[in-house]
Amino acid sequence: MYPILVLSITGIVTLFLGFLKSKKVLLPATLFFVTLALLSGFYDWNAPGLYFNNMLQVNNQSILFTSILLVSAFLIIGLSKGFIDDEHAQPAEYFAILQFSLVGAIMMTSYQNLIMLFVGVEILSVSMYVLTGSDKRNLRGNEAALKYFLMGSFATGIMLFGIAMLYGANFSFNIETARAVVLQGGSVYLYVGVTFLLIGLLFKVSAAPFHFWTPDVYEGAPTIFTTFMSTIVKTAGFAAIYRVLEVSFSPIYGFWWVMVVIMTVLSLVIGNITAISQSSFKRMLAFSSISHAGYMLLAIIGLSNKSDDSIIFYSLAYSLATISAFGVLMAVSKEKLVDGRPDESIAVLNGLSKRNPFLAFTLAISMLSLAGIPLTAGFWGKFYVFSDAAFRGHIWILVVAILMSAAGIYYYFKPIIAAYMKEGEGERISIKPFYKIILGITTFGSILLGLFPDLLRSLM
Amino acid sequence: MLALILILIPLIGSLLLFSLRGSNAGVSKNVALITALVEFVIAAYAFLSFDSQTIVEVKYAWMKDLKINFHLGIDGISLLMVTLTGFLVPLIVLSTFKYSYKKHESFYSLILLAQAALMGVFMAKDIFLFYFFYEVALIPVYFLAALWGGANAPRITFKMFVYTMFGSLFMLVAIVYLYIKASSANIQELYTAAKFLTPTSQNLLFWAFFVAFAIKMPVLPFHTWQPDTYSESPTPATMLLSGLLSKMGVYGLIRILLPLAPVGVANYGFIAMVLSIIGLIYGSVIAIQQNNIKRLIAYSSFAHMGLMAAGVLSGTLSGIQGALLQMVAHGINAVGLFFIVKIIYDRTKTRDLHSLGGITQKTPALSIYFMIIMLGSVALPLTNGFVGEFLLLKGVFDKNMWLGGIAGLTIILGAVYMLRLMQRSMFGETNAVTTKFSDVKGTEIAVLLPIAAVVLLMGIFPNVFLKITEPAVNSLLQLIHP
Repeated sequence: MYPILVLSITGIVTLFLGFLKSKKVLLPATLFFVTLALLSGFYDWNAPGLYFNNMLQVNNQSILFTSILLVSAFLIIGLSKGFIDDEHAQPAEYFAILQFSLVGAIMMTSYQNLIMLFVGVEILSVSMYVLTGSDKRNLRGNEAALKYFLMGSFATGIMLFGIAMLYGANFSFNIETARAVVLQGGSVYLYVGVTFLLIGLLFKVSAAPFHFWTPDVYEGAPTIFTTFMSTIVKTAGFAAIYRVLEVSFSPIYGFWWVMVVIMTVLSLVIGNITAISQSSFKRMLAFSSISHAGYMLLAIIGLSNKSDDSIIFYSLAYSLATISAFGVLMAVSKEKLVDGRPDESIAVLNGLSKRNPFLAFTLAISMLSLAGIPLTAGFWGKFYVFSDAAFRGHIWILVVAILMSAAGIYYYFKPIIAAYMKEGEGERISIKPFYKIILGITTFGSILLGLFPDLLRSLM
Repeated sequence: MLALILILIPLIGSLLLFSLRGSNAGVSKNVALITALVEFVIAAYAFLSFDSQTIVEVKYAWMKDLKINFHLGIDGISLLMVTLTGFLVPLIVLSTFKYSYKKHESFYSLILLAQAALMGVFMAKDIFLFYFFYEVALIPVYFLAALWGGANAPRITFKMFVYTMFGSLFMLVAIVYLYIKASSANIQELYTAAKFLTPTSQNLLFWAFFVAFAIKMPVLPFHTWQPDTYSESPTPATMLLSGLLSKMGVYGLIRILLPLAPVGVANYGFIAMVLSIIGLIYGSVIAIQQNNIKRLIAYSSFAHMGLMAAGVLSGTLSGIQGALLQMVAHGINAVGLFFIVKIIYDRTKTRDLHSLGGITQKTPALSIYFMIIMLGSVALPLTNGFVGEFLLLKGVFDKNMWLGGIAGLTIILGAVYMLRLMQRSMFGETNAVTTKFSDVKGTEIAVLLPIAAVVLLMGIFPNVFLKITEPAVNSLLQLIHP
């Protein structure tokens, strides 16, 4: 609850800081605000409680989700370098919007009331629409923003429709009281409502078949906001899906699991198979993000009161690796311009191990982690979600997931091979120390969690 | 504690080398060699002080809530493999002393990292720990092969990597399934739990594990990555792959597949044996026609692995004992043979049998070493290959007479391709390529001499090894045939 208050206030403060002459103050200030929010969240640790007329429920699980969001946000904002390279950028507005969007994301992790969920989703989405189109002179960015906005508002509409149906069925927006009604066996509105609500949320986490916006939006948006979208939105979205399904709708597992299984298989197959043929690194990561939505849905299929542990671990592992990958892409792609835009193909990584060994190593670890190779956090993430699905006895879905993981190894190794085994032209790439520290944290985090997954699990 | 030290020493050496970036090649060679020698001494100590009980067990909680432990232990089977790893890695390091490799710190660092992971595989008592090390062992070897290999190495080793990862993922599903059924990750406890599984799930488990291990060894029809990878990789990586990594597959069959899916083995083991033996004949026939000496050894390796797989799957005492002995023998012989190929290639710049010949006249010492190792490889009595191969054939024969008869062809075919290799390369008239061939000296002797000595010693005193593994194998067999 406190992070919401803190970020709402500091977001406005950041806007006022924009009036200052020096833009340099914005980055450290924002980092400080996010850290403050992160620390304030732990005030409620081991002290669960309800806030805002029972609309928000804070417990350890929601605090952990919030922390992952804020840690990811800290790292991403650190990678932005304060937007000082870009003369057209509006850093104060960007940072303020980022903080507001975090407010929405945190609401999605700790809502107790479907209205709160809707408000959170909207705050996050609207911020994302704006940030996607923030590079006003980039036509593809504009196209992406419009596409995201049109499809996103359609999905939100469906979700709101679902929430209305659920209200009709349960006579309450509260997810705790809804459970009592669900247990008695609900009306047809209940089932329609659950379906629509799920569709709206699955759109946000870009699960197939609601993924069509993902590659274009990821590619068109400035890379820094793509990173934000692919980590924060996904973590918050899965926190929301888990919460509503576990708290309200676990009694009708028999109804929604078929739907989720179909979406899981589709996400895994479409995400992984399409990623194989991508030549753009950014598009490849977009499809990989679809496939990771599929892996995280495995934990939803194996829904139990422990699957939030798996989702939390997976979100963190995935976020760390994704931030590394996009961080490397940002550092490398600005070196070479194609039609005035940064070159974001996989070929731009050629010979990276000679041009900057640190970036090459960071890239390698992040790709290994995304592919789920042991020694990295991604492996345990996969292991936990696979076990969850196996506990429910869904061995055949696991076989699909395994085959798709093998396909994943194929395309995640393409950047590694480009970086280490191909000859590339170009000067040495130099990066700022702070940038290096951020990438160092993500890489170290991936390895540390790969060796000692219990560090995070013991908190749960 | 001993088990932990065996993993930590190469790991520390590896990290030390990694941090030595910028030093000269001599330093990293020596650091790697000293680390490997210390490791060998400790492995030898473990070997000599073994008293047929589990000597050491280390257990730390790794993931408390999931009951997954960092659990290591050494029994007879583990001990044999640990000793083999401890013996071969210093020789592999020593074999590189005459050559210079770019980025030498990383090169030696990766070799030691692979050793640490191999030690972990052979000592793991927790099935997740086993899987973890099993996968980790591949990563350094993949990078060794891809970064220091020939022009085609990135493409070829990538195939190997995807292939083996693919197999391992099936194993992961099987492991997760077993873990959930038994709600324990301790391999010993899983043995008990496996008895209560339905035949259908046993059959599925069998195939999941078999595919994973068969790709690693490799066994027909999962072998297509192997000849290319072996011939395109730099020699130390090939030695690691054929000498040690392929043994993880056989070890997995013995330690994991047989006791965890005994019903599956009873139902489908025969099909797998037939596959292995077809592979054995197929590999031998191709080896006979090979003119590239490195590929020839690669195919002979493939043939030997086929016999080991068949022996283990026979589920008999002699089959498993033979496989264990043959793992050691083949590991040692393969490293020796690949090193001799490297020596020949280094001096003549060719691996083509047609352009070689008459090397014996220039190199009395090399000829003797080559002869001894070759005889070990064709399983002549009094060499290390004989006892293993004999026991393996006996195991296969006990299971099925006809299959045993066909597998017996390996002795003839093996002699044909190895003698052809020896005759075409070493004997005959010298030619322009081989006329300046200089004899082995220095570190080359330091590698070949211990190998040749062990080939003979193991052939004369096989009982030393058989005695160590027998109690462990017997207790495994009790699980399979209660």
